[in-house]
Amino acid sequence: MKECLLTVAENTAIARDVYRMTLRGDVSGVTRPGQFVNLKLDGFFLRRPISVFDREGDTLKLIYKAVGQGTGAMTGLREGDSLSVLTGLGNGYRLEPAGDAPLLLGGGVGVPPLYWLARQLRAQGKRVTAVLGFNTGADMFGEVDFQALGCETVVTTADGSYGRKGFVTDALPEAYSYFYTCGPEPMLRAVFARTVTEGQFSFEERMGCGFGACMGCSRKTVTGYKRICREGPVLEKGEILWEA
Amino acid sequence: MGSLNVSLCGIPLDNPLIPASGTFGFGYEFAEWYDINCLGTFSFKGTTRQPRFGNPTPRIAECPAGMINAVGLQNPGVEKVISEELPKLKQVFHKPVMANVSGFSVQEYAETCALLDREPQVGWLEVNISCPNVHGGGMSFGTDPTSAAEVTAAVKRVTTKPVIMKLSPNVTDIAAMARACEDAGADGISLINTLQGMRIDLKTRRPILANTMGGVSGPCVFPVALRMVWQVCRAVRVPVIGMGGIRTAEDVLEMMMAGAAAVEIGAANLVDPMACRRILDDLPRAMETYGIQNLKELGGR
Repeated sequence: MKECLLTVAENTAIARDVYRMTLRGDVSGVTRPGQFVNLKLDGFFLRRPISVFDREGDTLKLIYKAVGQGTGAMTGLREGDSLSVLTGLGNGYRLEPAGDAPLLLGGGVGVPPLYWLARQLRAQGKRVTAVLGFNTGADMFGEVDFQALGCETVVTTADGSYGRKGFVTDALPEAYSYFYTCGPEPMLRAVFARTVTEGQFSFEERMGCGFGACMGCSRKTVTGYKRICREGPVLEKGEILWEA
Repeated sequence: MGSLNVSLCGIPLDNPLIPASGTFGFGYEFAEWYDINCLGTFSFKGTTRQPRFGNPTPRIAECPAGMINAVGLQNPGVEKVISEELPKLKQVFHKPVMANVSGFSVQEYAETCALLDREPQVGWLEVNISCPNVHGGGMSFGTDPTSAAEVTAAVKRVTTKPVIMKLSPNVTDIAAMARACEDAGADGISLINTLQGMRIDLKTRRPILANTMGGVSGPCVFPVALRMVWQVCRAVRVPVIGMGGIRTAEDVLEMMMAGAAAVEIGAANLVDPMACRRILDDLPRAMETYGIQNLKELGGR
């Protein structure tokens, strides 16, 4: 964890309401895929937690969706603007259990945290399948990025306007060694029900601080109460409890 | 450089800065950001007799210049606080710490305080009376002078440590609440706890917080807090800790000019983990700007 002043190098729309922001500076606090950063925006009291799409050297890439006032204001940031960022928050994904053919399941803005993970798994020579799900074709992003890594990449849309019609759980491959997933909670529940191996889930929650101080994002698990920002956002399949 | 030393209920503090309960955990999260021994002390996470998970999520909402929380006193219960949290806290903080206690009956407050009274690390007991009284129809102890006095007296009977009563601002007459606590034996008063508030999600037309209502904190409450601290300082003789929306060294001075002996800093810690360290570093400059040699001269007692 570090607090750093980062400079915006790029902030571009890549799909409907979805933007890619490249930040430069000391991003060494970000050590694992699946971690997030917390951005301070002018005019907003709380920071905005955003998952990390990729990190290389002094460059951090985020993909975010403009859904509210804060992320809406983020779209107005320009090249050269600087931001206070808490970096390297959360536990991130563990690569060790991946096996030889890991499966990545991303839904909407749950896709970004899987990219750096895919890149690391590919660097280890794993055969990676990525299933990316969206509501409609206009929301779609990331397909070419995962393909360029050499991942077997499948896109699903709920309305069938792009790729296969259906949800990510309708496009599960026959065999995989392990899985990693991130997406809206209904999707995570479906993934939990339909997958046949162990895996890791990344959760989203409204946060106060993002670094474990406020208890704003606690979740009950098999192994006790966990703070999504600190002991999460990634939980193992075996520790997840679904509330009714 | 002017002197930052103050004293709180007879215990000296290197400076008046105290991170507020519920924004600082048991200290060790913040020890990863800076050496927390620079603080006057800190008030640890609100502790109850039994473990509590707290409220369902979402527990956090935002408002202009502040935030609303409905965490619901998540804590592992006093026994685990003593057996697990205090030993970890001791590794990173070597000064007397302020124990923050909540309860849902007078007896529960007394039991929790009696257990914490035995802990040498604990310098003060800060008693949060903003919780509903389960034996009093759910009305908060902190909105009724008689209930507040009962809790004060019950806690005083089980401890020799200074007892600081933390007041809710959600009352008509804050001075009457403070006097009731003082008359029942309180050694100090801290205020304000959060102001009740809520937000509605325009898209779903439903309250954002799962608990519907929560407590507002952050810079937006500072003027309200300052006014109440001013009123309480003129109503009681015991020391007063001022809190509510403090985020700068100037805010600290202003709160002490209203009569506070020390200050607590809450929401600012959640946005900037270094907030207290930065305010501390900036205090000498602010004191010099306003010609203050010694913080004790500002009217606290």
